[in-house]
Amino acid sequence: MTAATPMLEMVKIGKTFPGVRALDNVTLDLFPGEVHALVGENGAGKSTLMKVLSGVYSHPNYDGEISINGEPRRFRNVHEAEKAGIAIVYQELSLVPEMTVGENIFLGREPRRFGVIDWETLYERASVLMRDLQLDIDPRTKVIELGVGKQQLVEIAKALSHEARILVLDEPTAALTEAEAETLFRILASLRTRGIGMVYISHRLAEVFKLSQRVTVLRDGRTIATHATSDLDEQRVIAMMVGREVSQLFPSIARTSGEVIFEAKNISSEDPNVPGKYLVRDVSFSVRKGEVLGIAGLMGAGRTELLATLFGCYPGRTTSQVFVEGRKVEINNPADAIANGIAFVTEDRKRSGLVLEQTILRNITLAALPKVSGRVVTNEEREVAAGERIFRNLQVRANSLFTIAGTLSGGNQQKVVLGKWLMINPRVLFLDEPTRGIDVGAKQEIYAEIDKLAQAGLAVVMVSSELPEVLGLSDRILVLHEGQITGEFTRANATPEAVMACATGQAVHA
Amino acid sequence: MSTPTKTPVERPPMTADLAPAGTRKALFSASAIRSYTMVIALVAVWIIFTAITDGIFLEARNFSNLMRQTAVTGILAVGMVMVIIAGHIDLSVGSLVGVTGMCAVLTQATLGWGLVPSLLAGLFLGLVIGALQGSLVAYGKIPSFIVTLGGLLAWRGATKGISEGNTVPIQVVAFKRIGQAYLPATAGWILAAVAIAIILWLTLRRASSRKQHGLVPWSAASIAARIIIPSALILGLVVAFNNYAGVPIPVVILIAVALAGAFITQNTTFGRYLYAIGGNSEAARLSGINLKSHVLATFCILGVLAGISGIIYTARVGAAAPDAGTLLELDAIAACVIGGASLMGGRGTVFGACLGALFMASLDNGMSLKNVPDFIQDIVKGGILVSAVGLDFIGRRRD
Repeated sequence: MTAATPMLEMVKIGKTFPGVRALDNVTLDLFPGEVHALVGENGAGKSTLMKVLSGVYSHPNYDGEISINGEPRRFRNVHEAEKAGIAIVYQELSLVPEMTVGENIFLGREPRRFGVIDWETLYERASVLMRDLQLDIDPRTKVIELGVGKQQLVEIAKALSHEARILVLDEPTAALTEAEAETLFRILASLRTRGIGMVYISHRLAEVFKLSQRVTVLRDGRTIATHATSDLDEQRVIAMMVGREVSQLFPSIARTSGEVIFEAKNISSEDPNVPGKYLVRDVSFSVRKGEVLGIAGLMGAGRTELLATLFGCYPGRTTSQVFVEGRKVEINNPADAIANGIAFVTEDRKRSGLVLEQTILRNITLAALPKVSGRVVTNEEREVAAGERIFRNLQVRANSLFTIAGTLSGGNQQKVVLGKWLMINPRVLFLDEPTRGIDVGAKQEIYAEIDKLAQAGLAVVMVSSELPEVLGLSDRILVLHEGQITGEFTRANATPEAVMACATGQAVHA
Repeated sequence: MSTPTKTPVERPPMTADLAPAGTRKALFSASAIRSYTMVIALVAVWIIFTAITDGIFLEARNFSNLMRQTAVTGILAVGMVMVIIAGHIDLSVGSLVGVTGMCAVLTQATLGWGLVPSLLAGLFLGLVIGALQGSLVAYGKIPSFIVTLGGLLAWRGATKGISEGNTVPIQVVAFKRIGQAYLPATAGWILAAVAIAIILWLTLRRASSRKQHGLVPWSAASIAARIIIPSALILGLVVAFNNYAGVPIPVVILIAVALAGAFITQNTTFGRYLYAIGGNSEAARLSGINLKSHVLATFCILGVLAGISGIIYTARVGAAAPDAGTLLELDAIAACVIGGASLMGGRGTVFGACLGALFMASLDNGMSLKNVPDFIQDIVKGGILVSAVGLDFIGRRRD
């Protein structure tokens, strides 16, 4: 970090979306061989900033200037940014599952001989790359056969194969096991010695403090501060990220739980792609009326699979025993679950929560249509009246019930999904990453709503990767690690470190 | 949340002109605009053809023929649009028209069955094939394109087989009347009166339902428009038909099918679920909708409608030919798509599909009047299909 000129300077970057100023006057610079951590809550603008850098948001669709090695650059598309040496490894993997590792790495730039792809050279170069990074992966393996963690490492190798000088990593360890994360850290260390600059986006402050030389904190689209990592501690970073006492983000909880309303026993779920491998292994738990049960864990711990199994929509083989209000029930499909008063807000609202091209009204009434509109013939007036009630209750910000769902912001879309499930009058509500991709303001509203629902007696099971959220909202917390429960905490005895330790498999807490 | 009071007036003000927006939004929604564009295009085509045929195009006799010609494609399109809305496709309906018509005629000719049993046999065959294909798609998870492509070949083969390659003439006169006869004038007026009465009743019922649920009530002008416009159209149609020979039976059947189809898609839970399944099958599934049974039902409906079309087609021709209905599926699909349906699913209306069918039939009819060679007619129809959808896409992308 001794170079005088930064290899990258982003100066006064601004980006506006309809109704939202996602970035405002943001500055970030990067020196060769530096790991510069970029932290902030979901919605703070980190991904937007990186999309500006990588050319996804091209010039002139943003304000401010980007300079590489002192030279101002204006990327008109991703390709130009790539050629300038910028590579991003996204959280969502962009590999083609049915193609091999080698094919993926060189996708679009395959070495050719006489106009035809030169497979030998391709696989040789891929092998060299794997060896270089000390990855034990055969480049002829199909990506779909690799675990998520290895896929992530392949993604990184792919970015590096572009001869990137600036590498951006967005939550790189979210899907990695301990061992794979160590591999990653080793790779990053060696990249540092080669003078490659890295922007490291992560929620895991432990990693941030371990790996980075400087930290930039974003909040609500603005740069709050940039400091040398050694000058900071976790408390200060969190305070800057949130901008207020963490506890104020969450409603102060004065709830009492009632009797057990939902019980799951011996839940096991088999990986549909890999027979014999279990993603959920003999998990049992119960939830009480008016209780918020948080389920923490890393990506791949089996939390979503657990909820999917209990809701009857898991694609693989499962064994389970489910009890609602003390009675054993059979849940073989979502209709069974709904009939028993179970609701499920999935983690990807666009893919599995909403019919984006339809109106809010049609989305909100979708799960309860027979009850709210008519069993055979629909009654639009009854439907509108019911939709109206929920629309107002949840304070959905849209012009009317007839606004198309796809035009809403993330937070409002999530409210519509929540509204759909509230319309079935559930006894148990499953939430999977309820505030993913939602701005801070809407988050607060959703937290308040969850609290309100719990106070009214609803049992809530909330899966979340955001520790503050889990710690701030839950009455009890379960921690899953590789399909098993490794920790159970109450509000009183839960700490971020203890929960994290169980999530990473380092500890077990009864 | 305040509890609703008995007097609607005391309810809190609606979400930002929610209820008027209901009307306004309905008038200006994307699918409404699509329908207007279609109607305008249709009227434009009619004007053009009337002009270049020295007025023959819209003469009573030709108008009657035109409407009659629309019937077969129109009935198929009503069923097809439901399948398309649900996210699937059925390429076999042309062959179904052939095989069901042939079945009906053969049961009369070789088995000596009466009119009603033989017609029922044809319809039943359509239902069975629809159920078979639907099961393969819904439960067998085979793509509908493949299943129905196989069906297209197989059922055409079956038609040729059971007829031994012969065209079988219809002997039962009553059968031919289905395709060739007309309603007596009085019957036409009675039907029109009944239809108008129903429109009146439905509109008033909905208006009171709005008040009951506390939505902003329709203005008198709005109610009047909702009653007068459709009624005028119905009267106009009956006048036009009675000017020639009365309402053609195939048209009566088409209108009945179209109304039923429109009702199912717009006013039933079943129809609503079809749109959800086609729009986002994953979200639909997770909302508790049974995808399989709905998809199966949709193919069954189309199968029966193909049977009805087959009967009308055969009745009009007066005989069952082994190649009857060839390529009819393409006309049906084109009608749906021109009418605003998206082959990706989740979008489309029965009204649009019928307009699309009428549009295509108008092109056919007009070009035939001008003795345009068949091959040019095909080229023109192909070009218009692509343009219509292309323009629609460009318009949508700009939103």
